[in-house]
Amino acid sequence: MKFIFGHMIKYRGRIVVQLIIKFTGTAAEFMIPYVLEYMLDEVAPSENIVKMIICGLLMIGIAIFVRSMNIIANRKAVRIASECIYNIRDDLFRKTMELSGSQVDKYGLPSLTSRMTSDSYNVQNFIRIIQTMGVRAPILLIGGMVVTMIMDFGLAMVLFILVPLIIASVVIISKKGIPLYEKVQQKMDTIVRIMRENITGIRVVKALSKEDYETARYKDANREMFSSDTTASVVMSLPGPIMTLIMNIGLTVVVVLGAYRVNGGITKPGVILAFLTYFNMILMGVNGINRIFIMTSKANASAGRISSVIDEGQDLVTVYGEDGFEGDIENKKGTASDNKNKPYIAFKNVSFRYVKQGNEADEYELTDIDFELNKGSSLGIIGATGSGKTTVVNLLMRFYDATKGSVIVDGKDVKEYKLTELRKKFGVVFQNDVIFADTLHENIAFGREVDEKRAMEAVTDARAAEFVGEYEDGLQHKADIHGANMSGGQKQRILIARALAAKPEILVLDDSSSALDYKTDALLRQMIREHYNNTSTIIIAQRISSIMNLDNIIVLDDGHIVGQGKHEELMENCKQYRDIYDIQMN
Amino acid sequence: MAQNDTLRKKPKDTKGTLLKLFSYMGKYKFAFFGIIVLSLVSNVLGLLGPNFAGSAINEAAAGVGKVNFDRVFYYAALMLGVYILSSVMAIVISIMMTRVSRRISENMRQDVFEKLLRMPVGYFDQNQAGDIISRVSYDIDVIGTCIATDVTQILTSIVTVAGSLIMMIVISPLLSLTALVTIPIAIGYTVRMKKVTQPLYSKRSKSYGKLNGFVEEMFSGQKTIQAYAYEEKVEERFDKINYDAADIYREAEHYGCTIGPTVNVVNNLGLALVAIFGAFLYMYRLIALGQISSFVLYSRKFSGPINEIANIMNELYSALSAAERVFELLGSEEEAADIENAVELENAHGDVEMQHVNFGYLPGKTIIHDLNLKADAGKLIAIVGPTGAGKTTIINLLMRFYDVDSGCILVDEKEIKEYRRKSLRGAYAMVLQDTWVFNGTIFDNIAYGKENATREEVIAVAKAAHIHSFIMRLPQGYDTIISEDGGNISKGQKQLLTIARAMLYESRILILDEATSNVDTNTERRIQKAMRELMKDKTCFVIAHRLSTIKGADRILVANHGDVIEQGTHESLMESKGFYYSLYRAQFE
Repeated sequence: MKFIFGHMIKYRGRIVVQLIIKFTGTAAEFMIPYVLEYMLDEVAPSENIVKMIICGLLMIGIAIFVRSMNIIANRKAVRIASECIYNIRDDLFRKTMELSGSQVDKYGLPSLTSRMTSDSYNVQNFIRIIQTMGVRAPILLIGGMVVTMIMDFGLAMVLFILVPLIIASVVIISKKGIPLYEKVQQKMDTIVRIMRENITGIRVVKALSKEDYETARYKDANREMFSSDTTASVVMSLPGPIMTLIMNIGLTVVVVLGAYRVNGGITKPGVILAFLTYFNMILMGVNGINRIFIMTSKANASAGRISSVIDEGQDLVTVYGEDGFEGDIENKKGTASDNKNKPYIAFKNVSFRYVKQGNEADEYELTDIDFELNKGSSLGIIGATGSGKTTVVNLLMRFYDATKGSVIVDGKDVKEYKLTELRKKFGVVFQNDVIFADTLHENIAFGREVDEKRAMEAVTDARAAEFVGEYEDGLQHKADIHGANMSGGQKQRILIARALAAKPEILVLDDSSSALDYKTDALLRQMIREHYNNTSTIIIAQRISSIMNLDNIIVLDDGHIVGQGKHEELMENCKQYRDIYDIQMN
Repeated sequence: MAQNDTLRKKPKDTKGTLLKLFSYMGKYKFAFFGIIVLSLVSNVLGLLGPNFAGSAINEAAAGVGKVNFDRVFYYAALMLGVYILSSVMAIVISIMMTRVSRRISENMRQDVFEKLLRMPVGYFDQNQAGDIISRVSYDIDVIGTCIATDVTQILTSIVTVAGSLIMMIVISPLLSLTALVTIPIAIGYTVRMKKVTQPLYSKRSKSYGKLNGFVEEMFSGQKTIQAYAYEEKVEERFDKINYDAADIYREAEHYGCTIGPTVNVVNNLGLALVAIFGAFLYMYRLIALGQISSFVLYSRKFSGPINEIANIMNELYSALSAAERVFELLGSEEEAADIENAVELENAHGDVEMQHVNFGYLPGKTIIHDLNLKADAGKLIAIVGPTGAGKTTIINLLMRFYDVDSGCILVDEKEIKEYRRKSLRGAYAMVLQDTWVFNGTIFDNIAYGKENATREEVIAVAKAAHIHSFIMRLPQGYDTIISEDGGNISKGQKQLLTIARAMLYESRILILDEATSNVDTNTERRIQKAMRELMKDKTCFVIAHRLSTIKGADRILVANHGDVIEQGTHESLMESKGFYYSLYRAQFE
């Protein structure tokens, strides 16, 4: 809640104006039954036609005034809600874009997406409703009670018993009902999960003739969904009829009590009628409060989910080491020249473990990784799945910080760079990297100053010229989301072109040629050697042929370096490497 | 994609959709009948309430000391009884309605799922999982909610409007004339607003869909975006989409938020007219005060539903388009049924033959040309070639995930079309590149292909696939629950699980489609013995990138651009120095 109000406070001036207008409109609404009562009890018996028409016109005038006020206020509220949510979404998107790897792990992708969409819609609705219904409902409720008290204190006492009764029962039911909906959501998740499993695994399901089994499994989940959904809906549909019932009982009491008071000369008959109208208003008020109650608990949960992302701290802060401050250009230059003889990239006794849900994992992903790489030379990393190959890249580009040891790029600790400065040095293709729904040119240029000519060169180097040439619109060809209109090999080649396009200082290819056949893969490596000889290259691969000709090769096993050196050296003294070679090459 | 477009362009068939919807509701016609009768009674009772209230007030209005309390009590009791009964019935109706509508949703969800399992595999290649799932998670939900709330609302509205009007006329035909002013205003306004807001609302959902898609895409590429410092460009683009979404919300609600106050003003206008006119009539003693009271109450009830109907129309509209999407899926073409007198393929021997097979996924785009292949029982057939060369297509044809366009495929010298599909597929075991596990225990995942597999059997194959020690290291061992996207198990380990699964499944023909592509080389070496064991005495079709894996194959098919361009053994292919030769050489460069 604090989060939402924090965003609304910016508009406090406009909100105050809006509230005043809404208040005026709603308050004026109370005049109408009052005038009606006056007409029936005072004017009609006096048989004064002029006075009566004046009163009638007054009623109509008030009604039109009420409408204008309400519409103005509603529109202001809508505008404020839309501006608020625009800002919130903007903040959230920017923040999500800059989350570190471990922060993204903490939430997961689907959850981050739903915070951006359905949660933001909940908050948006809340901001609007709280400004309109949030004013109207309490006024209808309290105002209704006050007016009835002024009209006839005795009769109004009936309300003092009923209203708390109604509010209590409605709130209790809603409180019970809201958690039920969470359960429904869980059941729905199960259904969606089973469907997704069957869609992705349809070949397996069909090949093993498990259709009946899957149908039965789904049927159970479906039935559970039915029963929890029914329960939740039934519970939540109760407040309406119950409210109506209690109010109608109250009405009856008012009529009977009113009859006594009329008989005793305390009350006028028109008052009873006015009471009926005010009862209706009070009922609407209670209804509104119930809606606000449900809405608030929903919006509160959503706002909590949004703000927990926005409030994430800066995970990867830039620290300035002993040898320089940011902006201290001379010092920086000095450092660079000092480093002429130092390695360009180095891992110094680096160990790393993931932090999961605030707790550090027990097992180290990488232990004591130590290697160096000179400018313009190449490094291959090979090893079993889960041996920590990708983690090396994650640390090098500072998606995560090393738990122990230090990572050096261009003579400086990666922590001393601004993140953008560090990453500018890289051209990278990640494992399962993403093609965006945009033209091939934009996918390759990716916001950098890469003109069509340069992009085409990169495409040629990445061995993609042939298939890009087959598109009528060439580089202007539009890729579908996730490159769905391209084959795996085509996607990988476009991704490699992206990595090459800006002639990076460091090229990182993480398992990015797995969908390429050996021939293309070999030609690609040759091209990189010839055209990018100033670029330091790091290639991670499963295939030994992809890395065997590189200047230095690291063999990783369970987070440890078990071999390092050139192909020939490793063949001689690294058993794991030899094994891999034997299997792949016979 | 192309197919999707044609589906979308199909004209909306409202009548057909309604008919299908009614057939779902028809199953519960007695329940619906009960609901209709009950809500009629309940609403009529609710309408009688104000009448009794009016009578009671009339009695009370007799003046000081002149009130006939017996009459007041009589009417008050009637009023109370009618209201209680009506409320209780309303609760009963809502429970019945909820049950029926949720039952209909359940049936629809079940039908969609069973339908999906009968669809050809190609359907899932062409349609996105997210889109299919949204029909179950979102569309069916919309339909269910619509049936539950709107049907009752419509019934209530009709009864209330008609009933109120009748009561108003009964009370005072003259006063009822005021309705002639208010009704046209209310209806006219509603119709106009619907025309204005309808396109705005559909624009709004489109804009939300765009936001959703953009966010999903960018979040999934977040790491890449950071790596290339692309954030600003993305944020710029998001800014526009975000602005549009906020703006169309504002625009739609700008008009939408006038409906409530306007209906209110029409109500109050009606009230004022009744008051003025009523006071006149009262002056001329044409009406009693109590009658005006009842009339006021009825005229409130009368105009209420007009507002509701506008809302209901919107909801009905969106429910109809949701239903259309669901029925479109339910109406899609299924996998062709087995031919008449198809036979079971039992105890297959394992001879497989392809004769002059032509095939293309899209009409006119043949990608397999005149393919001939003979695989005797127990032989190892390898298929190699660059990505996209059509290797997986051959597998799709063998398992009859797709039917050939011309030519034929024989298993045990009989055309595969003459077998029951299930039994044909039962003759194959397979391990695919896209490993698939479902949310369940590791034991269940391995035992998936074999009913009543014992723990010992499962452990034996897990050991053979070199996944046993990994499993034992997990907190719950074989009872550890894993899931499709679960982070607790790597891609390579998933593949080992599926290998173990295939080992447990007894069959005569085996398909290995890049079966060890995600397994690292060390593990691959370790499971080689088990793989050989798995392949023993079986007709095997192996697709592999690593040519070393398939050197010993009895026959190697070399595919490129969808054609099988070379066939032979490793030696003969190397000798001919063709495409295979160059592929093989490439791994050493």
